[in-house]
Amino acid sequence: MNQIRMTINGQDREFAAVGPHARLLDFLRDQGLTGAKEGCAEGECGACAVLVARPDGVQGTRWTSVNACLPAAAAFDGQEVVTSEGLGTAPGPRGPGRLHPVQREMAERGGSQCGYCTPGFVCAMAAEYYRPERGATAAADEEQTGTGVAGAEHAADHECGPNGFDLHALSGNLCRCTGYRPIRDAAYALGAPEETDLLRRRLREPAPEPSPTRIEADGSRFVRPASTAELFACLDEDPDARLVAGSTDVGVEVNIRHVRPRTVLAVDRLTELRGLEVTAEHVQIGAGLSLSEVAQALEHRVPLLDQLFPQFASRLIRNAATFGGNLGTGSPIGDSAPVLLALGASLLLASRDAEREVPLDEYYTGYRESVRRPDEIIRAVRIPLPVANTAAFHKVAKRRFDDISSVSVALALQVDDGTVTAARIGLGGVAATPLRAREVEDALIGRPWTRETAEAAAAVLGRQGTPIDDMRASARYRRAVLEQSLLKFWAQSQPGQAQEVRS
Amino acid sequence: MTSLADRPENPVVGRAVAHDHGADHATGAALYTDDLVHRSRNVLHAWPVQAPHAHARITSLDTAPALLVPGVARVLTAEDVPGVNDAGIKEDEPLFPSEVMFHGHAVCWVLGESLEAARLGAAAVQVEYEPLAAIITLREAIAAESFQGGQPTVSRGDAAAGLADAPHRFSGEFEFGGQEHFYLETHASFAHVDEGGQVFLQCSTQHPTETQEIVAQVLGLDDHDVTVQCLRMGGGFGGKEMQPHGFAAVAALGATLTGRPVRLRLTRNQDITMTGKRHPYHAQWDVAFDDDGRLRALRATVTSDGGWSLDLSEPVMQRTLCHIENAYFVPDIEVHGRIARTHKTSQTAFRGFGGPQGMLVVEDIMGRCAPLLGIDPTELRARNLYTPGQSTPYGQPVRHAERLSAIWNELHQRADVIRRKQEIERFNAGHPDTHRALAVTPVKFGISFNLTAFNQAGALVHVYRDGSVLINHGGTEMGQGLHTKMRQVAATALGVPLEAVRLAPTRTDKVPNTSATAASSGADLNGGAVKNACEQIRQRLAEVAAREFDIHPDDVRFVAGRVTGIGFHDRELSFGELAHKAYFQRISLWAAGYYRTEGLHWDAQRMQGEPFKYFSYGASVSEVEVDAFTGSHRLLRTDIVHDVGDSLSPLLDVGQIEGGFVQGAGWLTLEELRWDTSDGPSRGRLSTQAASTYKLPSFSEMPEEFNVHLFERATESGVVYGSKAVGEPPLMLAFSVREALREAAASFGPEGHSTQLASPATPEAVFWAVQDARKALAAARSAGAVAPAAV
Repeated sequence: MNQIRMTINGQDREFAAVGPHARLLDFLRDQGLTGAKEGCAEGECGACAVLVARPDGVQGTRWTSVNACLPAAAAFDGQEVVTSEGLGTAPGPRGPGRLHPVQREMAERGGSQCGYCTPGFVCAMAAEYYRPERGATAAADEEQTGTGVAGAEHAADHECGPNGFDLHALSGNLCRCTGYRPIRDAAYALGAPEETDLLRRRLREPAPEPSPTRIEADGSRFVRPASTAELFACLDEDPDARLVAGSTDVGVEVNIRHVRPRTVLAVDRLTELRGLEVTAEHVQIGAGLSLSEVAQALEHRVPLLDQLFPQFASRLIRNAATFGGNLGTGSPIGDSAPVLLALGASLLLASRDAEREVPLDEYYTGYRESVRRPDEIIRAVRIPLPVANTAAFHKVAKRRFDDISSVSVALALQVDDGTVTAARIGLGGVAATPLRAREVEDALIGRPWTRETAEAAAAVLGRQGTPIDDMRASARYRRAVLEQSLLKFWAQSQPGQAQEVRS
Repeated sequence: MTSLADRPENPVVGRAVAHDHGADHATGAALYTDDLVHRSRNVLHAWPVQAPHAHARITSLDTAPALLVPGVARVLTAEDVPGVNDAGIKEDEPLFPSEVMFHGHAVCWVLGESLEAARLGAAAVQVEYEPLAAIITLREAIAAESFQGGQPTVSRGDAAAGLADAPHRFSGEFEFGGQEHFYLETHASFAHVDEGGQVFLQCSTQHPTETQEIVAQVLGLDDHDVTVQCLRMGGGFGGKEMQPHGFAAVAALGATLTGRPVRLRLTRNQDITMTGKRHPYHAQWDVAFDDDGRLRALRATVTSDGGWSLDLSEPVMQRTLCHIENAYFVPDIEVHGRIARTHKTSQTAFRGFGGPQGMLVVEDIMGRCAPLLGIDPTELRARNLYTPGQSTPYGQPVRHAERLSAIWNELHQRADVIRRKQEIERFNAGHPDTHRALAVTPVKFGISFNLTAFNQAGALVHVYRDGSVLINHGGTEMGQGLHTKMRQVAATALGVPLEAVRLAPTRTDKVPNTSATAASSGADLNGGAVKNACEQIRQRLAEVAAREFDIHPDDVRFVAGRVTGIGFHDRELSFGELAHKAYFQRISLWAAGYYRTEGLHWDAQRMQGEPFKYFSYGASVSEVEVDAFTGSHRLLRTDIVHDVGDSLSPLLDVGQIEGGFVQGAGWLTLEELRWDTSDGPSRGRLSTQAASTYKLPSFSEMPEEFNVHLFERATESGVVYGSKAVGEPPLMLAFSVREALREAAASFGPEGHSTQLASPATPEAVFWAVQDARKALAAARSAGAVAPAAV
């Protein structure tokens, strides 16, 4: 009972008596693999990062870095996990050791001081080391840095190394000792994996299939249904069941607020939730795809999403988190909702016998409440094409990356011959739900796209929602930057300005 | 014996070696306190019952419901304490309190078979509280005159007269935030009762001796009944100097009462809500300059927010007062210090130990007053740097003051400051909403514990018969590379390769009565002790070798594991062969080393004396870019020239400088502690108690270009191998970031506009500074044509 199977550092084993809420991190540490550490227990610090074998197309595998502190161990039934211990060994009584190139660079260049964050850094770095696209196209293929596009004054793009190493791969790892410079040097010193490297060779084989799982103990259960039919049956049994994909939100509730959901249903590997379809009319994104998978599959078709992705939490989180999850939790400070509102997106809500399409701007009904019925799931997000020709996402936060928005503003205008012909503006962090700023849109549509129009609309934008004072920012600041965001957007949209204005 | 600072030929110190355990860190093999739990059986886990009030009397505590929770083994309360129910050194920190003194204060602890059981048990404990009035903010405390501890004053000359006479006089007020340590490894203790009733604690502590003493005090035992070992810490930064003791005592109490190993590891939320932080401060000042911009007089009152108990607040305040002038000579000065008592965590040591707070006050004064004096801020700072022959306000001559201007000038050249300032002007002229600025700031930081007695250390060095060496010393490893440096010192002193020296974990039964690994002093003190022990052994071995070679012992040379005589090369012994011979001649191959820092004296009553062995110097220049729309900012480039004497280990020293700088930049620009100051039910609750709400620097906050240069030809006489301490001083190099942000904001305003900038200078703070500057420019323009500062 309650057995799972897992390949850890190349060794396939069965494990008995795993609880439904036992975290992957504790599970690994209980096996004596204490390299992965708990630093924050909410997916912010990356000290717990490990590598997981995830599908890369149907034929291949991608080593994917994830936080081990958030998901349940049961979610990895049938999967392959590699920890810092599995990457290489240090010299010691058992011999001279065999350090992985990532470990060697970190150790020799002063990339570790106290060393507590190092195993997590090493895993996040190893994932990027094995990323198939790394090196091939270097900077060109990287995630764009949000509103910042490297301009002439920043000739050196410090966020991407000469070896194609994308520093965003480490945006979810915190180090309190080094100041990061030697870690960056270690990352940028990495060559290409050797042909004989077993983890590199593994990339050519398919990733493990999802394994239907059912774990029950102490009145709680973790279920990975084999099909949507089974999923809906489970939802019938327990309408309060929590749907999880990467557990990046539920995991925090489990760890910090000590919530113990009675039923957890893992949906992220269901085929019906993993499609990405592009037609002439729309882009349809499966709700169970991780954001990293979406970013990769979209191939820059939706520029506004390219601005969103690097600013959405961290690579470690994006490797697990999904649109379905971010929209499903209904948090007013989730970063995807404002962008999807600006894109005019709708949600496909599926139930056992039916599917309906709900525009995102009609989806939320209150704080973390929506029109979704308990028997429904978010199956996909649909973005109509073509997208507006002038768009930006402004996320205002204390820290430039991997922070929660004080305010986020997504603006998408269609400007034809100098006139705004369509406008959609999505706001986060200013009300109990993500908000569409229709009043501002009305102040723009049909008007010439001039500074005067922008200023008039900015004044309206500054009055939207009901911003609050909290630890992230004051209400006064939130109102002020709402207004400023439209002015900034206008300045950015002017020729010759876009390169220099950065957030 | 050679002098402490002299280096032999081809020394192992001075080589750029990586951290001893880098490979162990990177492979996950390095063990931290909580990793040991997984190697033990039958362990109990501890979880606190945290009070939901900032100040309250506990009217009843019913632990019985917890014992009904499956898996709960025991609840620890005040009644269980056989010794003294106090975890502090001032007897003001009851381990199990009857009065709640801050939101999240642990009332009692539950032990469970699993962490989950302990947590559920803690939730079941019934506590009734009678809420009391709570003082939360520093201003409330000042208004209520809620102070604790001494109120020292440092003074020289006649500040009142200096202020009255000077041509330019300004006054101001400045309140700035503290800082959470956020060591990646939270507090952890693991206790068990060893053979013969010996209490053995594995603990993440910077001060094993004091942890030992407090545990013994709580358990009612003698110090020799308790042994504390610290394998390593996942970061300390001062946060594990005083704070581990109570948690260790709870674990030890649980272990002695149950006979089972007890593990106590705080979650991040528990750690942030229960342990002390860098002190927030309030300062009120009057300052006077002469017509050339030279400081004439300073009068100030600085008040730290000490939280609910004294902890280290008094020595922290002493260091504040001893650093209020930073690197600047102030002829007439009078600074009063006070420690507020508030209902918050008990604030404690944090890298710099009050020094940064004092120095921030004068750097804020410089930044605010420069435009009012019509002098460029960099020039204003340069004019006021200490020069040789001058003394500090507390009477210590500023030795090597010439290094300040030497560093300043070298930095200007290396960082190409003059050309870049012109480039910045051009950039700003072409960018109405994005401005850049750079600023240069100095650091002068006194090295030694203010309390003279702490400036001593011990070591224990063994040479085995095969010539391998094992060293112990009293310092702890928290990432700073102390153990690596100590191996380098031992290898140098014994003339053996680095690989011949192994280091054993820090334990109180190896080296007793140690000082905290703090005040940047770890390498100075323990290095002196390790060197002393090694030289005793080498002296004895030299006599054995001298007999073998038929030469005088003074002529024996120890180099890279080979022992030979001066001037001849045909006869030599390996170090191992010599050790072997020595054993059979019944020569002791181990030694206890000891070191005390010479030449210190300090009168804490008068706040006068020479408390520091020497000063560390440095300077930095940072260039920032500010987005006026949001106030968000980026650190484009930082250059540093810093004085570490003759570096013991350059790679490690550069690591300390860079890491300290970024940590300082975090304190000054990003990291913000916010407490609930409302009158609502969660008054006093820390609202930034997680990594999601308390943001520390990540990759995006490091300078995009980062150049660190160690000041050359910097031998420090009287310190181990001519080196200087490096742990704390670089943190304060980050003042240049804050000052650059101030100047960037100011560039949106008119000439002569004094820019006030909140601390931390978050995007919001910078945004308001830009808005103020723009308003001032608009006002100036409407009053008469005035050019903006940037053009």
